[in-house]
Amino acid sequence: MPANKTTVLAEQGKQEILITREFDAPRELVFKACTDPKLIPQWWGPRYLSTEVDQMDVRPGGQWRFINRDAEGNEYAFHGVYHEVLAPERVIDTFEFEGLPETGHVTLETMKLEELPGGRTRLTVQSVFQSVADRDGMLQGGMQEGVNDTYDRLAELLKKM
Amino acid sequence: MFVALADPTRRQILELLATRGELPATAIYEHFPVSPQAVSQHLKVLREAHLVVMEKQAQKRLYRLNPETLSQFEAWVQHMQQLWSERFDALDQVLEREKRRELNNNASK
Repeated sequence: MPANKTTVLAEQGKQEILITREFDAPRELVFKACTDPKLIPQWWGPRYLSTEVDQMDVRPGGQWRFINRDAEGNEYAFHGVYHEVLAPERVIDTFEFEGLPETGHVTLETMKLEELPGGRTRLTVQSVFQSVADRDGMLQGGMQEGVNDTYDRLAELLKKM
Repeated sequence: MFVALADPTRRQILELLATRGELPATAIYEHFPVSPQAVSQHLKVLREAHLVVMEKQAQKRLYRLNPETLSQFEAWVQHMQQLWSERFDALDQVLEREKRRELNNNASK
């Protein structure tokens, strides 16, 4: 079965990202996979990093902190606070990458789960940054991993020219 | 640019620089079975296509990818796309496992 398509919408000049993806699983199960500390390590991090759930208190006001580690033992940690947890349809939380040169660059994440016919679910994540610069700069630290893919895309693009 | 990317060795050089960041020419040569002269020719083609940039530092010639080739914004959106696709593909597998587990649990009740 081919993977469902992930859509990332980031309009130039805006300070948000919208991510959409459909899953061949009922909404309760998708909600569980997103809120169960035992399941998070199995999918949250990029493939080449391990993910440890340091804290995950899934209730309004509860804190979360995940740590990604690479093979050399370098750590990349993220944390935030749950603002709203409305099973099985919505989670709102804050998100901050601890690896930035200064603290205080926080995004507000809203994850929504919609039921679709046939036991399927549509997941959307809206991530709102404090500024356009924050949004477009956030990834600079992680750009390197994306470059391979960028060049694949560039090659594709060139084939069409 | 198309010609520059059409060659497998040149694509490998780009991948190498993508994963390692900046590398001196001598380190790039070591990764390929062909002669340093041949690799040097490939680097020249990549330079002329503006896919890589070279900086002279004392005796070293340092190579890295040219970040201007794709606009940073475009590259950034593609990075996000890759990150979230990987994440959700992994989530698919978690969901399949959980679905099977629930079925088994129900069957054993």
